[in-house]
Amino acid sequence: MKKWIKKAGALFACAVMIISSSATVSAEVGYTYNYDWWGDVQYSPDAYEVEGVYTAVELGLDKALNNPNGLFVKDDMVYICDTGNNRIIEMKRTGTDIEVVRVIEEFKGAEVNTFAAPKDIAITDDGYMFIADQDNGRILKLTMDLEYVMEFVKPTDANFDQSLSFLPKKIAVDTAGRVYCVATNVNKGLIKYESDGVFSGFVGATPVTYDWKQYIWKRIATKEQRAQMESFVPTEYDNLFMDHEGFIYVCTTNVSEADLNDDKAKPIRRLNLMGADILISNGEWPVIGDIYWGEGGGYEGPSLMIDITAFDNDIYVGLDKVRGRLFAYDDQGRLVFGFGGNGNMDGYFKSPVAIEHQGRDLMVLDALDRSLTIFTPTEFGSLVFDAVEQFQDGDYEASGASWEKVMAMNGNYDLAYIGIGRALLRQEEYHEAMEYFKLKWDEENYSKAFKQYRKEWVEENIGIIFALIALLLVVPLAVGKLKALKHEIDTADIFRDRK
Amino acid sequence: MITSKFNKESLERYVSSLKFSLYCITHPFDGYWDLTHEKRGSMAAANTILILTLLAKILKLQYTSFIFNAVYWPEVNIVLQLAAILFPLALWCVGNWALTTLFDGKGRLSQVYMATCYGMVPYPLFQFPLIIFSNVVTVDEAEFYTLMSSLSLVLCGLLIFAAMMMIHEFSLSKNVLFTIGTLFAMLVMVFILLLFFSMISQGIAYFISIGREILFRL
Repeated sequence: MKKWIKKAGALFACAVMIISSSATVSAEVGYTYNYDWWGDVQYSPDAYEVEGVYTAVELGLDKALNNPNGLFVKDDMVYICDTGNNRIIEMKRTGTDIEVVRVIEEFKGAEVNTFAAPKDIAITDDGYMFIADQDNGRILKLTMDLEYVMEFVKPTDANFDQSLSFLPKKIAVDTAGRVYCVATNVNKGLIKYESDGVFSGFVGATPVTYDWKQYIWKRIATKEQRAQMESFVPTEYDNLFMDHEGFIYVCTTNVSEADLNDDKAKPIRRLNLMGADILISNGEWPVIGDIYWGEGGGYEGPSLMIDITAFDNDIYVGLDKVRGRLFAYDDQGRLVFGFGGNGNMDGYFKSPVAIEHQGRDLMVLDALDRSLTIFTPTEFGSLVFDAVEQFQDGDYEASGASWEKVMAMNGNYDLAYIGIGRALLRQEEYHEAMEYFKLKWDEENYSKAFKQYRKEWVEENIGIIFALIALLLVVPLAVGKLKALKHEIDTADIFRDRK
Repeated sequence: MITSKFNKESLERYVSSLKFSLYCITHPFDGYWDLTHEKRGSMAAANTILILTLLAKILKLQYTSFIFNAVYWPEVNIVLQLAAILFPLALWCVGNWALTTLFDGKGRLSQVYMATCYGMVPYPLFQFPLIIFSNVVTVDEAEFYTLMSSLSLVLCGLLIFAAMMMIHEFSLSKNVLFTIGTLFAMLVMVFILLLFFSMISQGIAYFISIGREILFRL
């Protein structure tokens, strides 16, 4: 009787667990996800969790943020450009504490000592502050004590269309003090200044490609039509980020759906010094954020990358302003995770405009919600980062072990399988590596492993292989010889008499 | 199918007619002429070739290396896989026979079927070794696989073309014309079938809804 009750109890407990677990799963669905080889959405444990959402109230500011646009992190200092209030807020983040150090509204030493709609800020290692002072049409260079040093103004060069007003929007500064600027209405690429303030040209414009269809159209078009055709707009970048190696990540929201589908749009690029795009896109799916753009909740169309940040391990995170999502890609251009959404809860956004990272933490600035959201990686997220970094450091065994842990937490995570496979490949465990690659349809790596495995196999069985070949050659030969001999004997003269 | 009486004579005939399909690959014009005119082919052999072709298609799905043939298993339907060969084959045979019989084609429906099946020989002949081959190559050597694989299909097409020419006793230009015509006839048949099925389903739906209406009101 007791046993029976126990059994029933266990059964009931099981049922409850199944029901409740399915309930929690359905509640969690949709925050963090990834795409598998087939392009199916695979939900994943959260890679990031919200540490805090900070508005003016939490930060102890006198007035609410007004359309904040720029965000910058330098070591433990965090800067927000409070564009609508013409001020810059300097904060210090230690541990999970974040407190305002100073509110910068003016500085010393220039004719106009206040900001007009400051849009972005950058701090250099040698202690200078660069501020894109948009409505004053200048990029300011200040010391950390707010002394005016110099300013970068509208280029007088003929390359720059003088009829346009100069509206610097986003800036990045390299170690040599050269300034790269994204300005409104400029579609020739990034504006580059030398450290002495001289305009030295545009960087990173989309190369003009030769299109025979356009060529034919132009041949048969009239002069007026041709003039109209030339008004086609090249690239207008939306934001830029200088990574730890000095390469510039840029992103653009100026993309067409057709180009995205063909993987021609390249909404995220990594520019080298020559301005060429060197972003690696080896993933099954292009680096475009969401690959399905179903209409829903009032949102439609593709992901539009408004800002980007890159960790020191070359994982970069794009911020989609349409659906308020963050997409992290690894150095091979494979989606590590995507998460976020639009809404009022913590971890959801209204109008995200800027993203930055501090260590492994992510910060997102929301212009409409007037808040700064800070994310910290969960155990799952940390393990993924560990695994990636260990692999880059050449510690393949540890990387494999980390990926194993990741896989234990998320069995639908392609990168974990491929990560384990790659670690095994480096440890020359070819046959096992093949299994992992095969499970997640990684033809390239599978072939690499298989090539080595095949080589080993052939070397081990070379004796048998040669024996088989010899057998194949010798047996027909011998049979032929025997037959010939038999024929000779049968037809030989000396035996003929006996018949 | 395989002859009911398993006597030695009929078995020999079956084997020789099956072997004849290999001769047809290398000597398509002679081969397909003799196929019907000299009665070198047999229905049993044709059916065997068809079954081998179907088998090759199914085994290919399962055993080809994933490098060349990624299969989304949740959506594989074996009936559809088989129909992908059988349905066009049926349409081809009927369409071809219906058209050529009006224009002095000498082949009968069964002969069209037999010759078409004999034309499909390269598919199993190439695909079975290719299944094994696919498992010992890497993506760098993928060219060989795709080349051989497409070669098998092209060869099938050419052989069927030659087969139709021979069994109907057509000239080359006339055969080209009727091959195109057959393809068109296949399209027409598909169209009519679709029309037919959608009308039938509409008709059934009509009576079902009447039945429902009556039940609701009772």
